Amino acid sequence: MSRRATRIAGFAGFAALVVVVIFLPAFISDFKTQQYAYVGIYLIALLGLNILTGYTGQISLGHGAFMAIGGYTSAVLMVGNTQFGGPIGGGVRDVWTIPIAGLVAGVIGFLFGIPALRLSGLYLALATFAIAVATPSLIKRFEEWSGGGTGIQLFGKPQATGSLAGQVTILGHTLTYNEWLYYLAWTFALVAFVVAWLILRGRTGRAFRAVRDSETAAVSSGVSLARYKTLSFGISAGYAGVAGGLFVVTNSYVNPDTFPIALSILLLIGIVVGGLGGLAGLVFGAIFVEFITFWAQGEDLGSHFPGFIVDQTKKPGGPSIVYGVVLILLMFLLPDGVGGLFRRVGQLFSRRR
Amino acid sequence: MIVATFADFMQQIVSGLASGGIYALLALALVIIHRSTGVINFAQGEMAMFSTYIAWTLTVNHGWSYWPAFVATLAISFGGGVATHRIVIRPVERGSVLRIVIVTIGLLIAINGFVVWEWTGEPQQLKSPFGSGVVDVGGVAIAAQDIGTIVVALVIVALLWALFQYTKVGLALRASAVNPAEARLVGVRVTWMLALGWGLAATLGAVAGMLTAPSVGLDPQMMQAILIYAFAAAVLGGIDSPAGAVVGGLILGVLLNMLGYLSQYGAFDWFTEELRLPTALLIILVVLLVRPTGIFGKPEVKRV
Repeated sequence: MSRRATRIAGFAGFAALVVVVIFLPAFISDFKTQQYAYVGIYLIALLGLNILTGYTGQISLGHGAFMAIGGYTSAVLMVGNTQFGGPIGGGVRDVWTIPIAGLVAGVIGFLFGIPALRLSGLYLALATFAIAVATPSLIKRFEEWSGGGTGIQLFGKPQATGSLAGQVTILGHTLTYNEWLYYLAWTFALVAFVVAWLILRGRTGRAFRAVRDSETAAVSSGVSLARYKTLSFGISAGYAGVAGGLFVVTNSYVNPDTFPIALSILLLIGIVVGGLGGLAGLVFGAIFVEFITFWAQGEDLGSHFPGFIVDQTKKPGGPSIVYGVVLILLMFLLPDGVGGLFRRVGQLFSRRR
Repeated sequence: MIVATFADFMQQIVSGLASGGIYALLALALVIIHRSTGVINFAQGEMAMFSTYIAWTLTVNHGWSYWPAFVATLAISFGGGVATHRIVIRPVERGSVLRIVIVTIGLLIAINGFVVWEWTGEPQQLKSPFGSGVVDVGGVAIAAQDIGTIVVALVIVALLWALFQYTKVGLALRASAVNPAEARLVGVRVTWMLALGWGLAATLGAVAGMLTAPSVGLDPQMMQAILIYAFAAAVLGGIDSPAGAVVGGLILGVLLNMLGYLSQYGAFDWFTEELRLPTALLIILVVLLVRPTGIFGKPEVKRV
């Protein structure tokens, strides 16, 4: 395909995504609507992680930690932490806490990017992995800020957008609680998608890719490693912060186990499934991340894999086996993810022409 | 106010050395794999946990007595480690770092899932071969479990050292780690040596797991925190240095125990149990930033 055709196909794909996002809740159950709200949230986190890992080549196994920073920022701004003896009064509406969550996480990510400059490859994976593992204990330790192990309850607070449920009617349809969450998440997700595209298409994106492909070559072409690596960390963590804030709002509850190491790993898997260094595939990555969790909780694995025992009380863990094995096979067979598969199919068509 | 006594203090040192010995074994496993294949094995902890479940099922479900089960577990783990390298790691070994990391994480998830699937996630009790008694050493009461752990760890480390230093296989192992291409030229079967390294690492992990389970209880999450301590120990000692891994493990074990102990007496009172893991993280970060080669490591020279 020529460059122009690719561009047009990209716009058409995005327009189709917008249309699907707008009308999807009309065709699915209320419960599924909430699940798809999470898909939007994961999409934001995956976009951020892919900017760092897929485009700049810096592995992060600790993005759950940046989500936690964003999530706690939102929760604390909404209900405050004076009840635990902390200094913040709260009372901010959830929508406004989200950009702040992104900003706070972004600044911390930027600062973390400075020491991370000295680490590369496996060492960075190791350091970020340790961060993700240590995060829950750190949150528990600073109880007066975070509410400790009990966490912060947001359900039914007037600051939550979901509290508008049943009050607003569009074209004869009254938005439910879960639909509010859904549209909130996807509004941010679509904006995040466009912003990521804008960042990556120009000079900055080229610099990121140069750093990924060869640091030595990047430096000799005048790309500042320090500048672009920290920038990438900052942007990526900012995305994670936004996702974390939305996650907590949607969850209407946060405690130290809301962002476990498993989440960080899941995000990395999401970008691998979606395709490193691509944007469109991440939608599939996000769907995978959301629904694999439900698989892993044993929702309808038995119907997908007849060999597996459906009675989850006797045989839990089966989904994790499938999940781990799929991950390994994916690395063997499809290292470019779903996005890569699309590109390959696209090339097939262009060759034929 | 509790009064600190010398006996208390010594007890804490010894129990720190015992946990340090466990960290050292797992760190050693990480180092062996990293030296030979350049991979950081995120599944090392889960492999160890799996081995421990094998020991548990042999003793509890099949009626074996402890030491035969111990030896059988080591053998099974060794085979498992070799197989893991041949089947799972080799295909991606030359690929990007990200692929390797993700494959070992896939392994982590799959092993954890398998254990839960086979034996449920319920906590189990693996009995200690050393009993729950207390030994009096010069007026200091020390748990038999702690002494046993330290002794077993030291014996294993000594055996491994002898293997690497005095046997032909050990020489081949070292040669393949240092310079695979030239080792191949002089007739070392390098890929098998790498697989052997994985086998040895799995065996070390099995020992670490079996020593851990009696004191913390056997469950699928048992080794996750210990893996982080082992990472910290390996990084502290130098990720390519076996001696460093042992020293790093012991230092870390004693340090964490001492911080916990002293915080009861007002010193380091910011330290709570929750900060054990973050402290390990801090050590990893500080060492990587200040002296990435660790205490014993040699700086890596990169040729362009």
